[in-house]
Amino acid sequence: MSKVLLLSHLKPGEKATVKELSTEGNMRRRLLDIGLIENTEVECLGRSPGGDPSAFLIRGAVIAIRSEDCAGIMLGTC
Amino acid sequence: MGLTNSTMGIKAVDSGLKIKRHTACDQVIALAGNPNVGKSTVFNGLTGMNQHTGNWPGKTVTNAQGYCSGKNHSYVMVDIPGAYSLMAHSAEEEVARNFICFGDPDAVVVVCDATCLERNLNLVLQILEIATKVVVCVNLMDEAKRKKIKIDLDGLSDQLGVPVVAVVARKKKSLSRLMDTLDTVIEGKNKKTPLKIRYPQAIETAIDMIEPLVREKSGNRINSRWLSLKLLDPDPSLIQEIDSYLGEAFLKDAALSSRVQQAIEMLQNRGISTNKIKDMIVSSLVLTAEGISRKTVTYAKETYNNTDRQIDRILTSKWAGYPIMLLLLALVFWLTITGANYPSQIISTVLFWFQDRLTDFFHFLHTPSWLYGMLVLGVYRVLAWVVSVMLPPMAIFFPLFTLLEDAGYLPRVAYNLDRPFKRCSACGKQALTMCMGFGCNAAGIIGCRIIDSPRERLLAILTNNFVPCNGRFPTLIAILMMFFVFTSGSLSSSLLSAVLLTAVIVLGIMVTFAVTKLLSKTVLKGVPSSFTLELPPYRKPQIGPVIVRSIFDRTLFVLTRAMVVAAPAGLVIWLMANIMIGDTSLLSLCATFLDPFAKLLGLDGVILLAFILGLPANEIVVPIIIMAYMAQGSILELDSLTEMKQLFVANGWTWVTAISTMLFSLMHWPCSTTLLTIKKETGSWKWTALAFLIPTVIGLTTCFLFASASRLFI
Repeated sequence: MSKVLLLSHLKPGEKATVKELSTEGNMRRRLLDIGLIENTEVECLGRSPGGDPSAFLIRGAVIAIRSEDCAGIMLGTC
Repeated sequence: MGLTNSTMGIKAVDSGLKIKRHTACDQVIALAGNPNVGKSTVFNGLTGMNQHTGNWPGKTVTNAQGYCSGKNHSYVMVDIPGAYSLMAHSAEEEVARNFICFGDPDAVVVVCDATCLERNLNLVLQILEIATKVVVCVNLMDEAKRKKIKIDLDGLSDQLGVPVVAVVARKKKSLSRLMDTLDTVIEGKNKKTPLKIRYPQAIETAIDMIEPLVREKSGNRINSRWLSLKLLDPDPSLIQEIDSYLGEAFLKDAALSSRVQQAIEMLQNRGISTNKIKDMIVSSLVLTAEGISRKTVTYAKETYNNTDRQIDRILTSKWAGYPIMLLLLALVFWLTITGANYPSQIISTVLFWFQDRLTDFFHFLHTPSWLYGMLVLGVYRVLAWVVSVMLPPMAIFFPLFTLLEDAGYLPRVAYNLDRPFKRCSACGKQALTMCMGFGCNAAGIIGCRIIDSPRERLLAILTNNFVPCNGRFPTLIAILMMFFVFTSGSLSSSLLSAVLLTAVIVLGIMVTFAVTKLLSKTVLKGVPSSFTLELPPYRKPQIGPVIVRSIFDRTLFVLTRAMVVAAPAGLVIWLMANIMIGDTSLLSLCATFLDPFAKLLGLDGVILLAFILGLPANEIVVPIIIMAYMAQGSILELDSLTEMKQLFVANGWTWVTAISTMLFSLMHWPCSTTLLTIKKETGSWKWTALAFLIPTVIGLTTCFLFASASRLFI
């Protein structure tokens, strides 16, 4: 694997697991609080009518995250 | 840009809360839980009408306290703001944390959503770290059953080491089980040992290094293990709270701070930076929650969430998302307008019949005519008008809106509108505060607390007034019906007025976007901050409780406030209409004075005066206009829109006046309650002044441009 897959690359219907967060500060804590820690499975459910944010299924809850915030979440394939 | 709460003039959060005990032996119970888990349904189910709503001191996150009794004890239930975590991200989470940590509740009840248990366990685990007397209340068991989710409640209780009670909040029986459990917990009869979260070895070692000293220095007033952990991962707002709770000496203690320093250095030597500590702590919580939920929750149906996903696919779809929002809005208005018509007429007939009886009574007593005029023609008539015009639409509009809220639709509105708001450097949650503004702008402004970024919160506060509140709806609807819907009473006419009203609202929304964008390019410069938004599961709304709640909590509240304002206003207006200077009344004198200026705006002096006198409450604008016109002669009885239109037309109204009045109603200064709320929320007169000026200037400009343009064409 050469290219890094980011959460923002995930298309509706696709699943992947979280590898690492590169976000810092407050947002990092919030993402962790949601449960986005290493090896967590995320599924992209869809996008808002404007194309952004996207909705993700994370640990049984549906959370909307904006694409630039998703760019700080690195994924591995599953 | 580094805009902080203090530079933005938003006051920091404080803690203390006055608990009102009925008897000295009342036990204080904190009712905690994530947002959208039906916590308030549990609260209402437990306390019924026996509650008291107030504010957290110094701030306006509403706080409700209620009273209820188990078999052995009586309780004060304190409804804590919904929070996902105690590592405070927002004002509401901070309040929640402060009360659980420093409010010394006798026990904590954590309400969880059975359909989303794992996420809820994060908060449960954090509370278990601080409090020992905890009851976990798994709510929405009926929803879980429908989705074929099975929860092993005994297993969950074993894992957590505290009692777990399953609840269907609308069923009283399941709530009495909760009370029984609370009794045993309060009596210290929980036989199990509450779960202690195990952190990675290095952190455990660090905790061991400082905990004995922490216990000694803090006099064991807070859970020392939790406090030690927080000292390793300090959060400025929490440190401040610890300071005021334990006294400054605690954190300044030389021995303690050097020991903490040693522990942090020890961690650093092992390659664990301060940031890493935070990660490890949160990860441990998440993993523990995951482990517990794996052992106790089984999904009989893999696709248990499919219905929700399908609904989402429609309601948030690229093509249908926005149209559905508009259709729903129009539908709500249509139901409100159609439904309110008949009750309005009935109420007004009854109230004006009563006015005649009052008149007879006053004549019977030979009351002086000035007293009769003041009390009956002034105070009573305005009150009667406000009630008959406001009550029916509110009693329909509020429940309808609460139903949408209860079903889980409003977060989808925020989700759909986040993109356009982001273009204005704001966030989608502003849409939620606007929804609250439909009810009451002051409530919308309080609601802005859900926005974390202080800059974005101010944007939402300053623009909330462009959403017409319930006090302005009757004005808008009445004018629409009089001047733009020609045949009243038919289906097409009510549909047309709903569509027109929707168009007015859409205009307000457009202005909101424009002003938000303008502000974020000028005085509130900044980039949109990051945001996460939960889209909770859809739920079948509980129609009965929704109607009861929205009538008691919202309708009567807003109506009472309007009446409190309207009564003295009625008096003032009557006085103004009857105090003669020379041979003209004070009222017409003021109106004449304002007239030239008002004419420029497409209004007349009376209308502008009505808006000025309507500062305490927008509801009284139309009554003032009517009173002023009637005081100047012509008609004396007024019981239908047709007669009202005759009165208005006789006083020079045209469709230009009608549109100008609607525009000005949509865009003018906020009412005094809203202004005071803005002052309270921002803690700054500067922002309050701006909140007054922005809509006023925009309204004046728009009306002026519209009136000038119309003159060109007529």
